[in-house]
Amino acid sequence: MATAYEFATKQDEPEQDDRAFTVSVEDVHKTFGRYKVLNGVSLHVLRGETLAVLGRSGTGKSVLLRLIVGLQTPDSGSVSILGQDIAGLSLDRLGEVRKKMGFLFQHAALYDSLTVGENVAFPLVHHRGDLSRAERNDRVKRLLAEVGLENALDKMPFDISGGMQKRVGLARALALEPEILLLDEPTAGLDPISSGEIDDLILKLQREHQMASIVVTHDLHSARTIANRLALLDKGNVVIEGTFEDLQQCEIGFVQEFLKLS
Amino acid sequence: MSNSGFTVSTATSPALPGPQPLPATAGSDSSLGPVSDLFEWFGNLGIFSWQVLKAAVTPPFEGRELMRQLDDIGSKSLPLVALAGAAIGAVLSMEVRSSMTRFGATSLLPSAIVFSVVQEMGPIITGLVVSGRVGAGIGAELASMKVTEQIDAMEASAVNPYRLLAATRIVACILMLPLLTVAADACGLLMGWLAQTLTEPISLQQFIDSGFRGATLRYFLPPTFKTAVFGLIIGLVACYQGMRTRGGAAGVGRAATNSVVLASLFVILADVVLVKLILVIFP
Repeated sequence: MATAYEFATKQDEPEQDDRAFTVSVEDVHKTFGRYKVLNGVSLHVLRGETLAVLGRSGTGKSVLLRLIVGLQTPDSGSVSILGQDIAGLSLDRLGEVRKKMGFLFQHAALYDSLTVGENVAFPLVHHRGDLSRAERNDRVKRLLAEVGLENALDKMPFDISGGMQKRVGLARALALEPEILLLDEPTAGLDPISSGEIDDLILKLQREHQMASIVVTHDLHSARTIANRLALLDKGNVVIEGTFEDLQQCEIGFVQEFLKLS
Repeated sequence: MSNSGFTVSTATSPALPGPQPLPATAGSDSSLGPVSDLFEWFGNLGIFSWQVLKAAVTPPFEGRELMRQLDDIGSKSLPLVALAGAAIGAVLSMEVRSSMTRFGATSLLPSAIVFSVVQEMGPIITGLVVSGRVGAGIGAELASMKVTEQIDAMEASAVNPYRLLAATRIVACILMLPLLTVAADACGLLMGWLAQTLTEPISLQQFIDSGFRGATLRYFLPPTFKTAVFGLIIGLVACYQGMRTRGGAAGVGRAATNSVVLASLFVILADVVLVKLILVIFP
């Protein structure tokens, strides 16, 4: 049986000789109390590829990202990052894997007692002891410049807008030059112009850094803009996985309804 | 099952939205709820303590954060603790004086004040004041970080929150409580002397000589150092309550309240045990 990753992707095709899975989720189940949130989800992401995970609220999209980064553990199934199954890893070993991932949280999750610059420097302070203070400051300034916030270095998170917080979160996620970028609702709660700016920024960063990305969103327009492939979740499972055109051609009622209402 | 260019799962049908409830299990509404909750709370506290201990004794050590917490918990609690100690010293002096006068034993007043303040009142007042100020502060701060996903962001950045957030605060509480107790004792004795000398003038030197006559370090060191245990309790309970919070602003409020209430309660209970233990070890 053919699997999703064997099919053609919409945008820039990843290098053929570089087709190692960076993220591999196999038959993952997750239950909270009496609620089964994920019911056998399988997804794979290639190096340099962007997968958008779509679906209604409460269908387990964010849970899926939290499982991938090891903030939660699946009831069954496996999650592999760069070929390494993260189940049962010690906190230190899991930490080594996490250093290869950048995570943008839905509400940015900036440390509110630190300035914007300190937020971006946080992963560097803790994991790049080899950098001098000057080198670290340079890198922070460069990251903030990449997201267009070079003038916000000394501002506190509560002094900047939601869109700017997302940008800072993105800069922080990129600080350790990750191989995998996980984005949880990067455009949620933003006006259309800010959403477009975030989408453009993500595309630019993908081009420059060549990371594998998983974007959880229910913004179909954003997903279509930034992703090579889309996966639609419903009732804890992947209903369909493919390009936007594949979704359009799909005859499943839920898929059609989702596209129509999005 | 696959289709051209995409895959379609056969496991789902587009009918019900959202997560699916599982069938209720027998016994889920057990009348043992509160009891099992209590065991669960202590069990999870034990697991939390183990995680913090592991994080605290293994590198990298968070020296800078520890210094920040020492300042926050120690020096910023000092005025409050000193004021509480001073008030207790003054009240004790006035109360004990009337009793001593009735029995014609006013010459023992300095000793009564010194022993009361240093052996019990200073340590327990320090414990309770710090429970209130620091317990609420830690509980609310960590709870707020938890509900805004800042702790998750820390973990996702491969930084151990047990090490950076919990271990530093707990160690700072353990180190600062004895020092704050010494400050409370000193203020208590000073105000005790002042209250006495306003009624019956006596020099500070005489008050101290009389109060500490016959006393050795074994009278004073164990009660002072027992507050390190109070510090452990306050730090541990507040960090645990904060880092397990759920439920937005209401959860933050609950965490702060529970941190203060539980830390104060456990400090008082621990005091009973420690006083007995000290009496057994240092008869």
